[in-house]
Amino acid sequence: MSEESDLWALMTGFAAISLLSVGGGIAVLPEMHRLVVEQQGWMDSLGFAKRFALAQAAPGPNIMVVGLIGWEVAGLIGMFAAMLAMCGPTTLLAYGFFRLRASLGTALWLRVIERGMVPIAIGLIAASGVLLATGAAAGAGSTVATVLAAAITLGSTVFVWRTRRSPLWVLAAGAVLGASLLG
Amino acid sequence: MSDTVAPTKPALFLGYAKIGLLGFGGVAAWARRVIVEERRWLSERDYAEVLGLGQILPGPNVGNAAVMIGRRFHGLAGALLATSGLYVGPLAILVALAVFYDLYGTTPGVAPFMQGVAAAAAGMVMGTALKMAGNLKPPIELVAVGVLALAAAAVLRLPLPLIVLVFAPLGVWLSLRRAWRAEAAK
Repeated sequence: MSEESDLWALMTGFAAISLLSVGGGIAVLPEMHRLVVEQQGWMDSLGFAKRFALAQAAPGPNIMVVGLIGWEVAGLIGMFAAMLAMCGPTTLLAYGFFRLRASLGTALWLRVIERGMVPIAIGLIAASGVLLATGAAAGAGSTVATVLAAAITLGSTVFVWRTRRSPLWVLAAGAVLGASLLG
Repeated sequence: MSDTVAPTKPALFLGYAKIGLLGFGGVAAWARRVIVEERRWLSERDYAEVLGLGQILPGPNVGNAAVMIGRRFHGLAGALLATSGLYVGPLAILVALAVFYDLYGTTPGVAPFMQGVAAAAAGMVMGTALKMAGNLKPPIELVAVGVLALAAAAVLRLPLPLIVLVFAPLGVWLSLRRAWRAEAAK
């Protein structure tokens, strides 16, 4: 019973979120955090941040974290249910809209609207970063560890912001620093 | 321009499987490379159009583009083949990662390692946001809208539909106002 209602909440929750995920998956991360950590209590903030980081190690569109959340809730079925809920509705939309092409893509009014919306998406992506950073720092056992986690986040922010190198470098550096200093 | 090649059904699946499998750290760059440069399914311009439309619709834009490109060449079967190709590799790896997390995610030796990666990934997301803002250079009033959206989501923890409902009209209005003024100044 509980398993089934969890699965139901997983699918309806992610399907709703998917329809709001205009402009990429990371902007809806705060909403996922609300659903998964705050409303359903499926995991804590650190677990959420860790799973997001782990999903970054998988190739594919950057919504793969949804699969790991589904796995935690209901195993393999949960993983497929969550991915289907996240991708199904938007896939159907894309299928229906495929004819709308050039005329729409280059329309001036659309660009003006986009210019008004993109800053919101960027703000939401930044909010995702803040929530993930809070989650990653929260799990640290001591004050020193919290400061260290925050320092890793800060260093990684500057690296990704200021250089054109692959972000995989910061993940590797974070792993090495975490393993050697946070333990 | 004219030397594009329509993929067969197996080629569509395999091409997208390659994109999915190689797309570490994001599939966008690989998708363009495979579709436009390697296999020549679409011209640069056609691909940019499909991707642009994929961006306007909700969902991952490369995923949306896969549906539209698959449908263009082979109808429903093409859309399904391209989409399943895109996800088959990443899903297999994701299962392995989930098993890894269950086994080691919270064991004493591995937890600090995972926490370091999580802290770095958080910075990666923030750095990406800063980079996007830097590339876009939005006018000051739209920067303010972005910062307010950040605060609403990260500090006030408001639900996303509410944030969109409040800030989307505001952002669009500010953007329209700027466009009108630029027009009037001409």
